[in-house]
Amino acid sequence: MSAEPVRTVAFGVNGETREATIPVRRTLGDVLRHDFGLTGTHLGCEHGVCGACTVLLDGRAVRACLMLAVQAEGHEIRTVEGLADAAGALHPLQQAFCDHHGLQCGFCTPGMLTTLVEFLADCPDPTAAQVRVAISGNLCRCTGYESIVAAVLDAAARMRAA
Amino acid sequence: MKPAAFEYHAPRTLEEAVAVLARVAPEEGRVLAGGQTLVPAMALRLARPGHLVDINGVAGLDRIDVADGVVRIGACVRHAAVDAPGPMGRLMALMKRHIAHGPIRARGTFCGSLANADAASEWCLLAVAMDARVEVRSARGARILAVDDLLLGSMMTTLEPDEMIVAARIRLLPERARVGFHEFARRAGDFAQVMAVAVLGDDGPRLAIGSLEPRPRRLPEAEAALANDPVDLAAASRTAAAALLLPEEDAYLRALAETSVRRALEAAA
Repeated sequence: MSAEPVRTVAFGVNGETREATIPVRRTLGDVLRHDFGLTGTHLGCEHGVCGACTVLLDGRAVRACLMLAVQAEGHEIRTVEGLADAAGALHPLQQAFCDHHGLQCGFCTPGMLTTLVEFLADCPDPTAAQVRVAISGNLCRCTGYESIVAAVLDAAARMRAA
Repeated sequence: MKPAAFEYHAPRTLEEAVAVLARVAPEEGRVLAGGQTLVPAMALRLARPGHLVDINGVAGLDRIDVADGVVRIGACVRHAAVDAPGPMGRLMALMKRHIAHGPIRARGTFCGSLANADAASEWCLLAVAMDARVEVRSARGARILAVDDLLLGSMMTTLEPDEMIVAARIRLLPERARVGFHEFARRAGDFAQVMAVAVLGDDGPRLAIGSLEPRPRRLPEAEAALANDPVDLAAASRTAAAALLLPEEDAYLRALAETSVRRALEAAA
């Protein structure tokens, strides 16, 4: 194999334009973590099944392990680091996860949160059954999901009242 | 980094895309659309393409057009965006919620599913049930294929290495057509063990089953049974299950097939 093919890409990450010259085979998840130091996005299975690496691409939840970073060119990515407000106050979902013990080891949490940010934008007043469907692509091996569902319902109520 | 090294091409027009594909096809060049099957296969190094031709930047491929009673779904239309007027749109909505999970449906494409030809693909089943056609392009020209002439078997198609699917065309269903779909999977969002599509009334009966055989197919014996008056859905379901090429001793899968067909028919009835 001759030299590793590289490409310079620029895309938005949590409101800032970031640029990097990277091997074209590097996934979006790897670039976020290794090139941009945003280790909040977790890589679990790296083949699209566990949901831990889920980020928002132009507002839509996608797997960061199933996108090449070069495909993000010109798009806007939002990661778990971009959920809290500028002053550092947690997003209502993050606060509800904290209040309801919606996490234990925390590995699945970034993917849960990004998936649910999209879900609550589409469905602000969900039933518990709808929440379970929404997170059916995110594996959690600690909580048994009960506390996560409780957190989402509480966050939804808080966000509707805000 | 998990995938093996490859060269990346991001054409902006269809002409450019097929020209690049023609050049790189002999070096294991592959088209990258949604990437929800190809990229994990590359991560596991089951696929090691020498070149990727990313068609996401090709203008116009993300369009759905409806004209003359046909819906035309472009090569970059995501699962989540697949839609059509009338009963066809209702059937698509019933099916697409079974395709993996939301984040996969936000990226994966309808035409990519056809090109991948997984036996458990909902869209392959729909295409077969409805006698869809696919528009195929290469630098050598264009051709239109019936889906039956595209799908050879599990993960096998008649596409040449330098060809790509540009769009799929599906005839719309008349307003009074009744549609049903049933899928059984071991876990929510997992690959189907069995799935069935039924269309009754105008333009029917159509009955097709997927996942149990290497490729989805219509079941003419069961469709004929549905033409009986009065119609006996349970008998038609038994006929459907009996027609499947399964190991004779596999009573479980045959029973599952019968149940899935009956539920699809009952949903449409």
